[in-house]
Amino acid sequence: MDFSNRYHAVLFHLGDTPVYLTDTLIATWIVMGILILLAAAVRVRLHRFQDVPGAFQNLMEIAVETMENFTKTTMGPGNEAFAPYFFGVFAFILFSNYSGLFGLRQPTADLATTGALAIMTFVLIHFRGIRKKKWGYVKEYFSPHPIMFPINFVGEISKPISLAFRLFGNMLGGVIIMSLVYGMLPLALRVILPDILHAYFDIFAGSLQAFIFTILSMTFIAEKSAVE
Amino acid sequence: MDGRSFILGMSALAAGICTLSGLGSGLGQGIAAGKAAEAVARQPEARSSILSTMLIGQAVAETCSVYGLVIALILLMANPLV
Repeated sequence: MDFSNRYHAVLFHLGDTPVYLTDTLIATWIVMGILILLAAAVRVRLHRFQDVPGAFQNLMEIAVETMENFTKTTMGPGNEAFAPYFFGVFAFILFSNYSGLFGLRQPTADLATTGALAIMTFVLIHFRGIRKKKWGYVKEYFSPHPIMFPINFVGEISKPISLAFRLFGNMLGGVIIMSLVYGMLPLALRVILPDILHAYFDIFAGSLQAFIFTILSMTFIAEKSAVE
Repeated sequence: MDGRSFILGMSALAAGICTLSGLGSGLGQGIAAGKAAEAVARQPEARSSILSTMLIGQAVAETCSVYGLVIALILLMANPLV
């Protein structure tokens, strides 16, 4: 029964606080490496892309086009520029969640990762809102009546917290149940039986949570920057 | 009985009670899924938009039970009372 985020070595000292090389960090680096290699492979082949696509080109075009259409339908017109950003976020969360299949500890089962992702969304929500609405952004906090200001304010603060905890809690729940099952089974049975649980927690819940994080971020940004 | 073991035992009990927060969100998610099934039966052509609306609503409803899980884990792993 071991589902804690293990410390492997001290990387460097930040003042007096040691910064550790954790399971999360290793898994994050592996996921980052895979995504960077994939992006580099696409970039190298980009000038060789043809009108009649091959298998690899077809796959990439489908992925990018799906994300563009999805952004357009969810966020409305004028927000197409968010498609590449959300494609990156979605790919990172999806690959992180799938990394549990290869015996890594999912980076998304760590509050630091999900908190960073949620802070990115939080900054985007408010920068976009201020740029689009100017003074209407401030006025929105005092509507429909100035007495509602604390409620509106707390509502804004709770958005990134709930985003971070939703992803974190779902993935950590999967990690805990998986490690309990692995600890319960004898060594010979660990090959086949947990596969069903992996299919549910890593593939189904992982895809669903990646999708939900992306679509909720999109909705929050779009509703905050909508000009009446 | 010393105070420390009393606090630990009560924390384990509290962690169990925290998981009851799944009750409400489970009910809510089930109701949402049932209504979505009704909506798809009435309008099969609007299936994809009904599905994504249902998923957003269920994700928001799930937040409460995730908070319960996080509090249970804090009580078990990083108990602030001991």
